[in-house]
Amino acid sequence: MNGRNTRIARWAVFGLLVAALSVVAAGCGGGDDGDAASTEIEGLGSSLDEIKELAKQEGVVNIVQWAGYAQLVKEFAAATGCKVKAKDGASSDDMISLIQTGAYDGVSASGNASVRLMTTGEVAPVNTDFIPNYADVQEGIKTQNYNSLDGQPYGVPHGRGPNYLMFRNDIVPADTDSWNVIWDQDQLDKNKGKISIYDDSIFIADAAVYLKATQPDLGIDNPYELDDDQFNAVVDLLKTQAAAGVNYWPGDVAKQIAEYTNGDSVVGTTWPYQYVQLTAADPPVAVTAIKPKEGTTGWSDTWMIYSKAAHPNCMYLWMDHMISPEAQAAVAEGFGEAPVNLKACELTENQNHCDEYHADDEDWWSDVYYWTTPVADCGDDRGEACKTQEDWEAAWTEIKG
Amino acid sequence: MTSVPVAEPPPQEGLGRRLSTFFFRHPRARLWTLLALPLTWLVVVYFGSLFVLLLSSLWDTDPFTRQVVHKFTLENFQRIIDTPVYRDVAWRTIKMAAFVTIADAVLAFPIAYYMARVASPRTRNLLVIAVLMPLWAGYLVKAYAWRTILSEGGVINWALDPIGLHFDGLSTVGLWLVFTYLWLPYMILPVYAGLERIPDSLLEASADLGGRSLKTFTRVILPLAFPAIVAGSIFTFSLTLGDYIAPGLITSEQFIGTVIYNIRGEALPTAAAFSLVPIVVVTAYLLVARKLRAFESL
Amino acid sequence: MVESTFARILLRLGALVTLAFIYLPLFIIGLYAFNKNVTQAWPIEKYSTKWFSVAYHDEAVREALKNSLFAALGATAISIVLGTLASLAVARYRFFGREVITFAVILPIALPGIVTGLALQATIIDVLGPLGITFGLTTIIVGHATFCIVVIYNNVIARLRRTAGSLDEASADLGADNWQTFRHVMLPQLRTAMLAGGLLAFALSFDEVIVTIFTAGAQQTLPIWIFATLARPDDQPIVNVVALFVLLVSIVPIYLATQLAGSSGITAERPKQSSVIASIDAEP
Repeated sequence: MNGRNTRIARWAVFGLLVAALSVVAAGCGGGDDGDAASTEIEGLGSSLDEIKELAKQEGVVNIVQWAGYAQLVKEFAAATGCKVKAKDGASSDDMISLIQTGAYDGVSASGNASVRLMTTGEVAPVNTDFIPNYADVQEGIKTQNYNSLDGQPYGVPHGRGPNYLMFRNDIVPADTDSWNVIWDQDQLDKNKGKISIYDDSIFIADAAVYLKATQPDLGIDNPYELDDDQFNAVVDLLKTQAAAGVNYWPGDVAKQIAEYTNGDSVVGTTWPYQYVQLTAADPPVAVTAIKPKEGTTGWSDTWMIYSKAAHPNCMYLWMDHMISPEAQAAVAEGFGEAPVNLKACELTENQNHCDEYHADDEDWWSDVYYWTTPVADCGDDRGEACKTQEDWEAAWTEIKG
Repeated sequence: MTSVPVAEPPPQEGLGRRLSTFFFRHPRARLWTLLALPLTWLVVVYFGSLFVLLLSSLWDTDPFTRQVVHKFTLENFQRIIDTPVYRDVAWRTIKMAAFVTIADAVLAFPIAYYMARVASPRTRNLLVIAVLMPLWAGYLVKAYAWRTILSEGGVINWALDPIGLHFDGLSTVGLWLVFTYLWLPYMILPVYAGLERIPDSLLEASADLGGRSLKTFTRVILPLAFPAIVAGSIFTFSLTLGDYIAPGLITSEQFIGTVIYNIRGEALPTAAAFSLVPIVVVTAYLLVARKLRAFESL
Repeated sequence: MVESTFARILLRLGALVTLAFIYLPLFIIGLYAFNKNVTQAWPIEKYSTKWFSVAYHDEAVREALKNSLFAALGATAISIVLGTLASLAVARYRFFGREVITFAVILPIALPGIVTGLALQATIIDVLGPLGITFGLTTIIVGHATFCIVVIYNNVIARLRRTAGSLDEASADLGADNWQTFRHVMLPQLRTAMLAGGLLAFALSFDEVIVTIFTAGAQQTLPIWIFATLARPDDQPIVNVVALFVLLVSIVPIYLATQLAGSSGITAERPKQSSVIASIDAEP
């Protein structure tokens, strides 16, 4: 074999490899749309009894969740034989990426993830006959656009909550009732570099909520439906805030908790979870969390099953478990949210929990704007003039600078 | 290339012997037998994967679902070039990597020199262990510990407070400190190895010829140790260039790693296009390092 | 010694400063392992050893540790084979593309982990997924082995530099076949270099976070478990306990490595630690 031939052979092999890889890469991974209505998943039992039987063989369920959601996992494992392996998602986008790896059986999706997942067919419609506790879910939360497609449920509602304004009592006045503490320039100057902000493009909506209340001229109605002018105003506001120095917490709640504890952050946006943790710490950190007068963003989450789940039977049982009164009570108090199964209200340690979190008080939720994916269609006479998810993400990278 | 020649072998010779004869006669075949496995691995696993990633930089995405759409476009590169933020982030990251490298070289040199030329063999052994051990402490644990150390209520400000000083640790400067800390062993070890190889006789010759300590250092030691420093800098530089965990913990500024990580799910093609920046920078760095004989610094 | 007394004092001082810089944070990590509180505040108010028993009984920690050990062993084994083969080729032959090989071996460790990780993930999802291969220990091992090749390669090639190729020829002349030559002549020369490099490969794999995040799927290795636990508010101190444990246990392999590297080589030049060190470095 002479050197020259070897060299040619080498390049030929390399070329073939490259070609083969590109063909395979181009042909795959496009995401399959699937037929939407079928609740069949490969390997799923055809009755609840069969599901329970098959689950014992699966023995494990891999879930993507918001930190703190998986509750009573030991009890669940004892009852069903399914060990729970939970992976915390940092943001809705993060959760979608995780689901797309194909390694997980299900996800606790917020509206800005669930709609996309349903559209791409990455989550499957569910047969609620196999989920006995579904009957107890509040009717007003069933078959909403963020958990169902054409009236067909794609999972079970998990619970809902607001994004709070949280501040340290020793720095920010107790009577604070407005988001202006994180948006107005003179307020920003007071707490430079100590403002805690959720690191995701969905936070753009929080600025929109504030401008909706303070600059009515912009005509913002729904904070997720922003046209050019509105969007530019919102982005400008965010850039002002970023320039004042903020601490981003990219979904890892421990980071924000440590910051409030150590005084690195004193005011910002948070989930109720961190508030619960901070006030329950030993010694407790003196913080206040409120829904300011302008209203706020929030979430109504749904447990969904991956359409090619490796452990579909355990996942079905998990969905049922998460809306059982016991698990609902544990999550509601542990994370700090309103349960969707009101039977949980009798089981919470704090008997007033459901009232405090307004579980059954629709008026209170009227100015809580649930996370959803921004689309071009503004939903009104402006037509297709609104900024999309793509625009929001690109803007977020620029805002952070 | 590994096939046994068809020629009739004498019956008393085993397969091993026949192969040996073949390989002896065909050194090229022997070479390619050696190379076949590692080369296939690197080309298929590594370069194949890089190719798949870079290929996706030429694809479009759906504005709503953010899924990759297999439609050819140069938009992703356009975006990287046109949007100032990507340039700012790249430049900020490269600067950080350079400063970290410099700090590491400065911190590493005395201890490496001490280990290589001053310490007794026993002390040297202990020091080698002492320098190697932090590599086992876990990158994450160290990074998170630094978060606590640098925070408002952390050790540093606790120590500075009585003398009326304050250090804003969760900042770019803090991150520089953390990176310097994390990658320091990767600099110390090659520099130590490099210094150790300088023959004593060379330094004695320099002294004999009247070279003062400082002169010996700048004219003899430093030039000889330089390739080793460059070798170490490959690690300090490239590890800084792509990290996203430490920056996210310590600062709110974006770096190349954080941007790629944050947009990977929603805009994989843009992330892929942006990852060309570290690929190009590291490749260039390696080429320069090779020219400076860093690869041979052992 | 040619260094003046003054220079030596300065060097000792510089060495001490660097050592303090390295060890103070580790000391603090150790302290936090005894922190009674969940959140890491300073100064530590109450000390407790309760996290040690919590860590000991934590099933997830054990499984993660097992996975990490398994992945690191797998990656080390593969990289020893690949790295040794590549270094033999480069050290003993002149051929077109020789330099490129050195480059290709170094690149996986020099390119940022996020690029390597993202590339591997894209490949696993888009190319291997349709072929039925999914995330798991295998993909972790493959990813780690790729960037570990270089440390074996460097160690072995450094050793090959110092040993004479003529020995192999002598062995062949004396009638040994390829395998016998490798087994009885080359392996004894290379064994310690391979082991020393292997230990570093093991350490690299054991602590790898970023590439693992992208290749692990739902599998947990120790760093992945640590990452998840550190992001949660409930049990951060367990991480410090585990870190302390790993740190203390690591003294054993490191000590072995320094001993190993110093006691061999046919050419008895400078029997020192340089092969442990060499592994971090790069050379063609």
